[in-house]
Amino acid sequence: MSDLLNQALAEGSISVKATASNWKQAIELAGEALIRSNRTTSEYTQAMVQAVEELGPYMVIAPGIALAHARPSVDVLGTGLALITLSEPVVFGSEANDPVKLVIGLAAVDHDSHIDLMASLSELLMDVMKVNMLLQAENVEQVRELLR
Amino acid sequence: MKIIAVCGMGIGTSVLLKMNAEKVLETLGVSAEVQAADISKAKIEGPTADIILTTPELVYQLEKMPGKIVAIEHVFDLVEIREKLSAALS
Repeated sequence: MSDLLNQALAEGSISVKATASNWKQAIELAGEALIRSNRTTSEYTQAMVQAVEELGPYMVIAPGIALAHARPSVDVLGTGLALITLSEPVVFGSEANDPVKLVIGLAAVDHDSHIDLMASLSELLMDVMKVNMLLQAENVEQVRELLR
Repeated sequence: MKIIAVCGMGIGTSVLLKMNAEKVLETLGVSAEVQAADISKAKIEGPTADIILTTPELVYQLEKMPGKIVAIEHVFDLVEIREKLSAALS
């Protein structure tokens, strides 16, 4: 699984113990990481924020984990991920899964070509112990080590 | 049996729901076609689906569909998916 994840998380796409004071800032952190790693434009960040504003916090898919994403569009330069751990958890308004400590940013060029990547991501996020270790990682290297 | 997994954008949550539902269906010995869809595709595919899998926040958008709606809170929790899918199938 790990090769796919490490490739999807290009340089600049991981931030550890980042600071966000609300859900919007948390999504913006994921958006900035996707921009830094040349996956998206800043419009994509706005689209991710809008998605939550319009549809609610359904992207908080598991306890403590948000999967920030928007539709495939011209704002997506390449399929990829961002991974942000937060120093302080933030509330998204999810009844079942708040507060969020891990934000995964996802950009996909279409509806199908990232399916294998999603399988790897699913395998990672299902592993509660590994997720806890990710949350405790002090630097990007430690995160990469866990994904290997 | 037709199942659609629905999320807002059709690339994230619905794909995860589809994958994990397929795992669960296999253990239940149920053969079903599971499609991932965004809300607008769901409005087209939804009327012919037996079961609509989604997350609690999106249920209100899908309530007029004839199929049974199954809302999953934790998309990686195969136990939750199994329990709720089994209930919908019975």
